[in-house]
Amino acid sequence: MIEGLLLPGMDEDSEPFFGFTAVQELRVQCCSDCSAARMPPRPMCPHCGSLESIWELLSGSGTIWSYCVPHGPLLPAYSALAPYNLIIVEIPEYPAIRFCGNLVASPNGEINELDPAGIRIGESVQVVFPEAVEGVVLPRWQRLEDGES
Amino acid sequence: MRDQTAIVGIGTTEFAKQIDRSERRLALEAIQGALVDAGIEPSEVDGLSCYSMESTEEIDIARNLGLGDLTWFSKVAYGGGAGCGVVGQAALAVASGQCSVAIAWRSRKRGGRGTRPWAGVSQRVQGDQQRWTRPYGMLRPVDEIAMLTTRYQHEFGATREHLANVALAARRHANANPAAVMFDRPMTREDYMSARWVSEPLCLFDNCLETDGACAVVITSAERARDLRQPAALIHSWAQSLPQQHQTMTNFFCDDPLRGPSWSCAEKLWSLAEVKPDEVAVAQLYDAFSPLVLLSLEGYGFCERGEAGPFTQDGGIEIGGRLPVNTSGGGMSEAYLHGFNLIVEAVRQVRGTSSNQVPDAEFSLVTSGDGVPTGALLLRSDR
Repeated sequence: MIEGLLLPGMDEDSEPFFGFTAVQELRVQCCSDCSAARMPPRPMCPHCGSLESIWELLSGSGTIWSYCVPHGPLLPAYSALAPYNLIIVEIPEYPAIRFCGNLVASPNGEINELDPAGIRIGESVQVVFPEAVEGVVLPRWQRLEDGES
Repeated sequence: MRDQTAIVGIGTTEFAKQIDRSERRLALEAIQGALVDAGIEPSEVDGLSCYSMESTEEIDIARNLGLGDLTWFSKVAYGGGAGCGVVGQAALAVASGQCSVAIAWRSRKRGGRGTRPWAGVSQRVQGDQQRWTRPYGMLRPVDEIAMLTTRYQHEFGATREHLANVALAARRHANANPAAVMFDRPMTREDYMSARWVSEPLCLFDNCLETDGACAVVITSAERARDLRQPAALIHSWAQSLPQQHQTMTNFFCDDPLRGPSWSCAEKLWSLAEVKPDEVAVAQLYDAFSPLVLLSLEGYGFCERGEAGPFTQDGGIEIGGRLPVNTSGGGMSEAYLHGFNLIVEAVRQVRGTSSNQVPDAEFSLVTSGDGVPTGALLLRSDR
């Protein structure tokens, strides 16, 4: 059984996204021809068929679209943190683009630090860029007021 | 192909948390049982249809059972979404003349630790179904459905009482079905409410069972069916659906994630049928997790969007209710075999042999999983 945290598999489609998070930028893949955004990133634009894309910089703000709270049994590294929160975040720039992540109290906070009973759909959040393991940054999210204080 | 083909034989092994026989052997037992039930010789079988996740190859099935020359064989992907497509495609092959007698089956063992979802997990998560979610801790199907459930509750006001209605209906039906794993295990609303969380807002009893066992059905023409020993379950209409921009299980990346594959599947199913949802007497709705039953009730048109919670109130989905659902106990209380036991139960309902028989059930619906590319079968009694 896997002991550590899981990491995203890298290939030509996923690498750019995590290349940007490593330098603290949240970007979304957009079609070079028709500008439609798509997530997860992939080779072809489903709207116009173009194989050319660019990566648009996002403001990093969002709102919680939904959440859940996993309890065990889980893989050991996640069991050790359970119960923890999972959130799906919507972003203002593109309504159908959503990101999975966790709500944390501080940029390097644990995913089980906040009381999950306090999480609400519609809460405003801001992306943070903690390093999950050396070289891999998994974007997570902080409440707007926590980030400002 | 409306009413041109029929399910004429059903077979199952026993269902249990752990059975020591192999998946291959269980498949053979269930298929043999289905052929005996139909009164059809193995040598007459010329078509095979199964899930892409099936571990036993067609050649193994054919060489063990002594099947005839196979002229058609096929597999359908997406696990719990596959079952109705597996049967529907076999019916299509019969209707088009590619084969004359087809078998569809599912054999599955989850009792052994080596078969748990973890067994195949690697540190680096590949593929878009999981690599954008799993690293954050969305490890299991239940977490993926829990995420949709919270949103569903937020948008439509569904409550844990509604989810409990689904679990309790399944359990009450199982308590009358001696073949069900939970036959002798009654459950109260209090049991449900005090159960441990698995992924909030879903508790233990919002989850299906983990079961060892196998099921099989025999499909042939309606014409042939009338000469066989069992009442035919005519395949009135069937459909599959992989909606535009759908992502299996982690369907968070489209305009309306709560409008699952059931919706477009239903559109096709009803367009090919002579009847509407209100003429369906009984339904087996895929229930790996209780909220999938709510989403399916809406998707297949038994109630308006967001109204499935209230639909389950006051015994709405139990025997005697508005629409009896999962009358064998379903995946939550009979057995979880990627939904194939639901297909067998749908056949029993039109034969009139269910342990929770709905009187004079002419039309019997069975669906595969919402949340994944799916399918549905509308069966009709041949009276």
